[in-house]
Parts: sequence; C-alpha cells; structure tokens
Amino acid sequence: MTNLQSLEFFIPEIILVITILACLITDLFLKKSKTDLIGWVLGIGLIIVGLSVYNLSSVPPTTLFSDMIVIDPFSSYMKIIIIISTLLIIVASWANGELSKYRKGEYFTLIGIMVVGLFLMTSSIDIIMLYVSIEVVSIMSFVLAGYLKLNTRSNEAGLKYVIYGAFSSGVMLFGLSLVFGLTGSTNYFVIQEAISSMDSSANPALIMALLMIFAGFGYKISSVPFHFWTPDVYEGAPTTITAYLSVAPKAAGFAMIIRFFHQVFSDSIALSGNTVGYTDLPWPEIIGILAVVTMTLGNLVAIQQESIKRMLAYSSIAHAGYMMLALPVLSIDAVESIMIYLFVYIFMNLGAFFIVIIVKNKTGGETFAEYDGLGWKMPIVGALMTLFMLSLTGLPPTAGFVGKLYIFKTLVGAGSDFLWLVIAGGINSVISLYYYFHVVKVMFLSGKRSDKLSYPPSLMLGLIIFTAVPSLALGLYWNPLAKWVKESLVFYSQAM
Amino acid sequence: MENILSLLIWIPIMGAIIVAFLPRDNENLVRYISAAITGLEFIVAIVLWRAFDPVNGSMQFMERYEWIPSLNISYILGVDGLSLPMVLLTAMLFFIGVFVSWNIKKAVKGYFALYLLLNAGVLGVFLSLDFFLFYIFWEVMLLPMYFLIGMWGGPQREYAAIKFFLYTLFGSVLMLIGILGLYFTCGKTFDILLIMERAPEALNGVLWWGMSAAKVIWVLLFIGFAIKVPVFPFHTWLPLAHVEAPTAISVLLAGILLKLGVYGIIRVNYGIMPDQVYWFAGGLAFLGLVNVIWGGLCALAQTDLKKLVAYSSINHMGYSLIGIAAVVAAGEMNGGDLKAAQAGLSGAVFQMFNHGTISAMLFILVGVVYERAHHRDIDGFGGLASQMPIYTGITALAFFAGLGLPGFSGFVSEAMCFIGAFPVFKAIVVLSTIGILLNAAYFLWAFQRVFFGELNEKYKDMKEINGMELFTVIPLAIITLFFGIYPGPYLDLIKATMDQIIEKIAFAASYGIM
Repeated sequence: MTNLQSLEFFIPEIILVITILACLITDLFLKKSKTDLIGWVLGIGLIIVGLSVYNLSSVPPTTLFSDMIVIDPFSSYMKIIIIISTLLIIVASWANGELSKYRKGEYFTLIGIMVVGLFLMTSSIDIIMLYVSIEVVSIMSFVLAGYLKLNTRSNEAGLKYVIYGAFSSGVMLFGLSLVFGLTGSTNYFVIQEAISSMDSSANPALIMALLMIFAGFGYKISSVPFHFWTPDVYEGAPTTITAYLSVAPKAAGFAMIIRFFHQVFSDSIALSGNTVGYTDLPWPEIIGILAVVTMTLGNLVAIQQESIKRMLAYSSIAHAGYMMLALPVLSIDAVESIMIYLFVYIFMNLGAFFIVIIVKNKTGGETFAEYDGLGWKMPIVGALMTLFMLSLTGLPPTAGFVGKLYIFKTLVGAGSDFLWLVIAGGINSVISLYYYFHVVKVMFLSGKRSDKLSYPPSLMLGLIIFTAVPSLALGLYWNPLAKWVKESLVFYSQAM
Repeated sequence: MENILSLLIWIPIMGAIIVAFLPRDNENLVRYISAAITGLEFIVAIVLWRAFDPVNGSMQFMERYEWIPSLNISYILGVDGLSLPMVLLTAMLFFIGVFVSWNIKKAVKGYFALYLLLNAGVLGVFLSLDFFLFYIFWEVMLLPMYFLIGMWGGPQREYAAIKFFLYTLFGSVLMLIGILGLYFTCGKTFDILLIMERAPEALNGVLWWGMSAAKVIWVLLFIGFAIKVPVFPFHTWLPLAHVEAPTAISVLLAGILLKLGVYGIIRVNYGIMPDQVYWFAGGLAFLGLVNVIWGGLCALAQTDLKKLVAYSSINHMGYSLIGIAAVVAAGEMNGGDLKAAQAGLSGAVFQMFNHGTISAMLFILVGVVYERAHHRDIDGFGGLASQMPIYTGITALAFFAGLGLPGFSGFVSEAMCFIGAFPVFKAIVVLSTIGILLNAAYFLWAFQRVFFGELNEKYKDMKEINGMELFTVIPLAIITLFFGIYPGPYLDLIKATMDQIIEKIAFAASYGIM
C-alpha cells in the first residue's frame, strides 16, 4: 500500500504522536506540582488510541508504507497489551513517591514516545524498521531508567542500560547487515524467499547472523546471556519504570521475535503445522537451552536477594524464560501460549510492583525487613501480595497457572522431544515457590501481630485491586481471553 | 439431591468467605459458625451416604457442566464406593477438628477461614472427575495447609510449612505433566471417565524417549501421589509437618490428607492404566514393605510422642500400599485369584479409613497431654495412669487400636491386606510382619514410659481429660471398635466398586503387559 493510503490504517500512531505533542506543550504551562496533569493528557490520548486500535483489529491483514509495517490482529492484540500496561503505569506514577521531587512532564512524554516505538516493534516487517523501533524504545528506556537524577542508583541504572543497550544493538545490527548481504533485501518476505532457495554453503553465515540478531532480541526480553543489565537497571530505576520495563518491552520483544522467526526463518507452513521450518538450524535446541538457563538462573539468583525489587527483577528474567520455553516449538499453539502468558503476566507482575511502591512510600525501603509483619499491619496489601506471589509461582486457581498450563500444554503436545523442557519448567516453578513464599513468610509467618491496621491510599488500593481481580478471575474462567487470543492469531503473510 | 456433591464442596467455600467477613474481635462467634458449617457439611455427607446405592459400582450423583470449552475442561463431580467413605471421613474429621481447635487463640478468624478452605479442597479432590478440577483442588489444599502449619504451628513451623509446600508442589508439577500427557494421548480431554475409557487403546504403543508413554505417565503420576502418601523416600516432610502443626491440623493431615495419595493411585493410576499395574505392583509392594519397616524403626527411636505417631502413619500407610499391590493376584498369570485381589484392595481401602480414625484419635490424645504439660517428651512423663485414669484408659484403647490388636478395626484391614498380598508377594508379606512386631513394640513401650512407673512430681496436679476432649475422641473410638467387631457394613459399601476395579485390572491382563 502506498504511503498516503496507509495513513488511514496508521491512525492509532498518529493520535499517539499528537498526544505526545500535546503533552510537551501542556508541560510548558504547568507548575512543577501540577505536572501530574500531563498523565491525564497521555492517559486520555492512550484510551482513544486503544479504541482506534480495537477499531482496526478487524480489518484484513495488510502491509503499510510500502511493506514497512503490517497491520494484523496479532499486532493489535500486542498493542492492546501495551496500552493496558501503560495506563496502569501512568496511574501508578501519580502515586509513586520517588518521583515527587521531579517534574513529571518529560517523564510522561517519554513514556508516550516509548509506546510509539513499542507499537512499531510489534508490527514491523522490515529489518530497518525493526532496528529503528527497537532503538526508539531503548533510548526512551535509558532516559527513564535514569530519571531520578538526584539518586546515584538511578544514574547508574541509566548508564549501565546505555552501555549494554548500545553493545547489543550493535551486535544485532551486524547480524542484520549479514542478512541483508546474504539476501539483498530488508523485507521479511523477500528475505524468507531468498533463504529458502539459498545454497546450503551460506548456512554458517546465516547461523552467525541469526545468533547475532538474537543478541538484540534477547537483550530486549532479558534472556540469558544478555540479561546482565536487568537487575541493576531494575533496582535503580524508578519503581514504576521498572514495572513498565518488565512488561511492555517484553511483550513487544516477544511479538517481534515471533514475527521475525516465524516469517523469516521458518517456512510458511510453520504456522499451520507443528514443525519449525528451517531445518538446517538447531533452533529448538539453542532456544530451548537458552530458555532453561534463563529461568534457572533467574530463579536461583532471586533466592539470594535482600531487596524485593531486585528479587522481582530476577523473577522477571525467570518469567522470560518460561515464555521462551514455547519458542522452540513455534507452532500456532506456542504463539497462543505466549500471548496468553503475556496477558496474565502483566497483571500479576504489575500488581507485585505496585505493592513495592506502596511499601516504599510508607517505609522508604524495599528490602525484606520492610515487609516484616506487613500482613498484620496492612491486611489487604498482605493478602493481595500473597495472591500475586501465588500467581507468579503459577499455582491454581490463579491466572499465572493458566499461563504456565498453556506453555506446558504446548510442549507436551509437541511430542516427547520437548518433554525435557516441561520438566525443567516444572522444577523451576518449584524453585520459584521458595522465594515468592519467602515474601509471604515475612509478611505473615514471622512478623509480629499488630492491632493497628492501616490501609494504603485509595489510588494505590484501587490499582492493586484492579490488578488482583484478573490475576484471580482469569485463573477460574479464561474462556473469553482464550477466544480473543484465538481470534488474534492471524498474521499477515505474503501468501494471502 | 441433584447437586448434593456441589453442595458438599461449596458449603465450606461459602463458609470460609462468611468467616472471613465476621468481626475480628468476636472469637466465639467464629468458632460457633465454623462448627455449624462443618456440622451442616457432616449432615449433608450422611444424607449422601443414605442415598448412595451400594449395589451400583459406578459413579453416582454425577454432575456435569461446561467450564472452559476451548480446552475441553468441564466441571464434573461424582461419587462411588471408593470416594464415599473418604467423603464421610473428611466431613466427620473436619467437624471434630473444629472442637479440637477450640483453644486456638491467635487470629481465630484467619484460622477457621483457612480451615474451611482446606475442607473444600479435600472434598473437591475426592469428588472431582475432571483432571483440571482435580488438579485445582489438589493445589488449593496447599495454601491453607502452608498457613495453618506456618502460622499456628510449633517452634520450627516456618521451615516445616515451606518444606511441606515444596515437596507437594514438586509432586504436583510432575502430576500436571502426566495429566497433560494423558490429555494429548487420549483425544484432548480432561474428563477422567472418558480418559479411563480411551487410555488403554490410546496409550498402546506410544513412545516417549523410547519408553512406553504409559510407563512414563504412570511414574509421573505416581510420584505426585507418593509424596502425599508419603512413600519412602519422599516421606521426610511428614514427621516435621506433623510435629510442628497444631493438633487439629495433624489430625487432618494424618486422617485425610495422607489418604489422598492412596486414593489418587487407585483412582487415577489404577483406573486409567490398569495394564501397567502388573508392571509396577512388585515395586509398589516393596515400597510398602520399606514404609512398614522404616516407619516402624523410626517410630521406635522417637522421644517425641507426636513424632512417634507421625512415623506410625508412615508405617500404617505401608500396609495400604501392600494391599493395593495385591490386586495383581487377579491377573491370569498370577492364577486369577479374584478373592485375594478383593481382600487386598478392600483391605487397603478399609485401612485408609481405619488409619484415618485411629491416627486422628492418637493425635488428639497427644494434643491433650501437650496442652497440659507443654511438652511431648515420652520420657518426661511417667506414672500418669494414677493421675489421669480416664485419659489413660482411652489412650490405651487408641494405642491398642494403633498396634492392630484383634477386636479393633485396624486389625481387620491389616489382616485383609496381608491375606490379599500373600499369594503373590509371599516374601514381602512375611518380612512385613516384622513391621507388626515393631508396631506393637513402639506403642507399648511408649505407653509404659508415659503412664506407668512413679508419678512425675511435676504433674501431680495434671487435670483429667475434659468433656470437650472426650467428645472429640469417643465417636472415633466407637467407630474403631464397631468396625473391629463387625466390618461388614463398610465392606458392603465399597464392594461393588472394588469389584469393578478388580475386574478391569483382571481384564487388562488379557490384553497384555506392555
């Protein structure tokens, strides 16, 4: 489709850009204490964006801007996930005490720009577009991670993030250029065609390219061995940004991985069948091992953490590992399971981070000591934290279990070749129970009983209840979600 | 009557919600309401028992509703001769347990809300006939148990609670993989009855890693259940959890939760893969033997009365395992001895019930003395018989029941297990009689040390067992004595279902062992 025709299908992004400009302009007229208002501007803008994304989700899949990006139900699904998490983060940012010393105008604007990048990540079908969108997201993340300029940890986080980010995107760019050199095109579908008719003598170069590209992807979803930035950045960044980084870029990263490996490095029938198309590459083994190492490392290191925020950082590495378990299969079931996992993961993970914010606002710290007896002092917070921990462990009847069930189901269904992955995933859930329930233990078991009850401010209370409801309800009845995901499992492909 | 099984599950769930919203300060109200809810539950269970048709060996009172159609998950409940006695036992022990926990002082509301949730979870496992539902209830039990041990338990309670949680979760994760394996091989359904129908054919010849898929699934499921039983070497969580848990929770743990393991093996492993029973029975009987001897030896070495009772549970569950292994006698190659198979399986199921009542009694009685002396050191008492004659009498009765004296129900079921297993596993049965000897030794020796000899001066003011405590023990004692003299009613209740299971296993022998 030509550029001008494409605009009609690009309305969400256009509205988003207008919103961002509105944020910047409004910021000029506001006093520091009033900059929360920018959050309203962005939030309302995002709701309109969400509606127009929903509106466009039913149009037949098509490419825009001369095959730069696509619009299809899959990308719409991912965009809605991103919008939901962004809205939750905006609300939490109002209540986050860490930010109270700073103007929030730029903060919200940067989040808005990041959303544009995330949208493009989910829908690009051209390696240049892919790279540009990743960079948009990364650069915004660098700034946001270091947003607390008076806090040295936050500065450290920003700087570390830049260094790792620059390095891995450099490696990725090298990989992408190899692909371009081998195939002579930047478009996914042309590349795919070229690869499928390629002489096998080019395989070493191709495998090299693929591994390098995966460095960029792995960095975005914090997969081992590209995870080293995660704990420090997550610990230093403002908690709202930590929470945001642990869900939205991860969702977009998975969307990008699925699209890239599906459409470029597998034959076109892979979506309907159960096989990974590109047979010369030991893809299942490589990704399978990475997934197992990712979740095992995340879980084992999480056990030793003193700070709950840092523990959740490692736990988010582990969760990336669980989702990666489904990647070696790359069947339609695998994509479905990752989509479901991402959706439930938003709520349980954000909920846990919101409680970290509540406790930090109240006590000023985020180590286990601050949670001592929390269940007795703030019963609602304690109970909901227990729910989030249960859900993150993946115990029924919570939403986290449903996510794991789908991942395990995919692997068992794909045959006994993948059974070792299921067993590794299962054992990892058991390990994760230990540290998730360490929080519960501190809150209820070892803490002293107190008769003075307190409640969090109503805004945060509303937020944790809002995230807790789906964390439980989706574990009991997720048929609508399953249906929605099934409907969204439509990719644009050249064959259509 | 139509939804009586749902009623059984939902009464305690509703009860837990009601209790959670009661005022914090009115502790007695919480206790009375919990007693009322479990009492109502017990009445419903009795109504179910009276309406149950013992001649029919199949599922009765079935309920079936669609739940998650996209994964073929349904809400299916049913009860048969295997689960009915367990449902009755559960309802009864949870009712009695409320009175055992009457003295809980800390966070009463939270305690009873979790207690009722545990009740729902246990009944859910016994009644559900859909694997997904089964698994949910199986896991729902864990969280209340974790808190009940971890918050109201003894000095090492936090360690005991997380150890219990980790062990059982490990088992259930393996179980989940097994369930998913069955889901895919048997035509994408979680319906247990449907899987039972399809499995023998569907699993035939399917290979996982070059092994028969049926064997792999069997082992995965078995480990999940074995941890609950607990079967040696997965038993180490049990003594710790028992010792640290408050009395009522020990009662439920020994009385009901351990039974879930054996129930699961019979319902799921035996029901779905009857052909694999022949492959595994020898190992099962051997594990039973290890349980009997190991549990007995450990019990003999204990100085803590509660730990002794805990190890006696391991010992007693061993008889059950030997009993269920005996069903292979029904196979052609073992002589097609249906009588032996029947004796073994019914004995094992009877033993589950008897151990439920006897160990509950033992734990309550240990709790009585702990309440007064604040320790459970066997050598720290002495001569209590002169101080507390009634208590001594009842404890003597419970200990005799525990060591399997004729005239008590434990004797009948243990004898049946041995009679059933003898034709097939002669050596194992002969060796496990050593366990009976150990069993008698540790109970009698402990009894002697606690009750006979000089009265320990410290306890000359020890109060006699009180009315509430008697109220919790006497019904159990009566049941034990009644079934010891006249086990007929129980065996008639389960017979039709046992026959059906044995018939299936006998038939499985004819289509060969894979």
